[in-house]
Amino acid sequence: MYTQSLSIPDGEARGPKKVENPAYQAEFDAKIAAGGFIEAKDWMPEAYRKTLIRQISQHAHSEIVGMLPEGNWITRAPSLKRKAILLAKVQDEGGHGLYLYAAAETLGVSRDELYEALLSGKAKYSSIFNYPTLNWADIGVIGWLVDGAAIMNQIPLCKCSYGPYSRAMVRICKEESFHQRQGYDLLLAMMRGTPEQRDMVQDAVNRWWWPSIMMFGPHDKDSVHTETTRWGIKRISNDDLRQKFVDATVKQAEVLGVSLPDPDLKWNAERGHYDFGAIDWDEFWNVVQGHGQCNVDRLAARVKAWEDGAWVREAALEHARKRAVREKDAA
Amino acid sequence: MERKEWPLWEVFVRSRNGLDHKHCGSVHAPDAKLALQVARDVYTRRQEGVSIWVVKASDIVASDPDAKPELFDPAEDKIYRHPTFYTLPEEVDHM
Ligand SMILES: [Fe+2]
Ligand SMILES: [Fe+2]
Repeated sequence: MYTQSLSIPDGEARGPKKVENPAYQAEFDAKIAAGGFIEAKDWMPEAYRKTLIRQISQHAHSEIVGMLPEGNWITRAPSLKRKAILLAKVQDEGGHGLYLYAAAETLGVSRDELYEALLSGKAKYSSIFNYPTLNWADIGVIGWLVDGAAIMNQIPLCKCSYGPYSRAMVRICKEESFHQRQGYDLLLAMMRGTPEQRDMVQDAVNRWWWPSIMMFGPHDKDSVHTETTRWGIKRISNDDLRQKFVDATVKQAEVLGVSLPDPDLKWNAERGHYDFGAIDWDEFWNVVQGHGQCNVDRLAARVKAWEDGAWVREAALEHARKRAVREKDAA
Repeated sequence: MERKEWPLWEVFVRSRNGLDHKHCGSVHAPDAKLALQVARDVYTRRQEGVSIWVVKASDIVASDPDAKPELFDPAEDKIYRHPTFYTLPEEVDHM
């Protein structure tokens, strides 16, 4: 998800070193200027490669860590139908992570290397997943607002200049619409329920609204994207995407029958957009820097999964090796 | 963290009979059997395919991107290979 990743650096990406070459550079620039695609084995400037590795892997990490807050509710879903839907959704997020790791690997990094950066805390992932999922309505609100914000971010990436990334994004965007709609549907069902259920929905909206609009990253004036924009990676600015999201969401909140927790939110006829209140950037940076409510838990869960799976990875490799030997002997 | 990575496999999916297998991404798996299994889970969760090929990425031989001019430019000036090169009388031009 998450243009945030464009605005927030993590450690240096590693990859094969390529000699800078003016003739190649000119060809690359012409391709980009013409709106063309760069493919895996094409020459590209080192900075372009590094930026992509960083962005695609942060995006992949976000999908993988993003499975945790929702996974938390799979065993407690209120019906078999909702459990099946949530399982499918969480499985999709795992798939998204895998499409993206595969795209990043075409740039000359290994999967384990990327994973190591996540597990060591060196790589960033979207701040939104460091908030807890406290009640069942949170699952609906995540689908509606968090996946909704992700979709806003992701649609322009379908046209980004790096072929493998753009194709992965097309695949992801096709699947995201289900995520948002199932969330909204879940909330509609709760809003038709008891007063307590309606309160749960409002409570979840109150907690997720601001973190959701923070997902678009810092204001344009505080984030420098000239290169990613020139390279055709980032096509729409953080603030423009955020505005689009707010404009689209107000009506949805109204239909649902909830209020958005912002007293400054109101239609501005002159701008043709909704105005909204100031974002608490201290909270944002605090969460990004590792001090959100769930940063420690999220990383611990990923590390545990990796370590607990080590014997399976080793055994499968060993099994494959033995079988290859047996087949060779039999031949 | 030890680095014994499962090998990389490229995945090709035929979306329905009558169409070619098309490259759709890659997976890591210890062997061909598991590569197919993983590819099924990762790339065909919504009936996107009726058949999957997996090929070890290290077995793929690709043309050199630097050789693009030698390989692909010579066809550029052979416009007589295209039907539009030939101007025929209007009455028969739909052939
Ligand atoms: Fe996703
Ligand atoms: Fe999603």
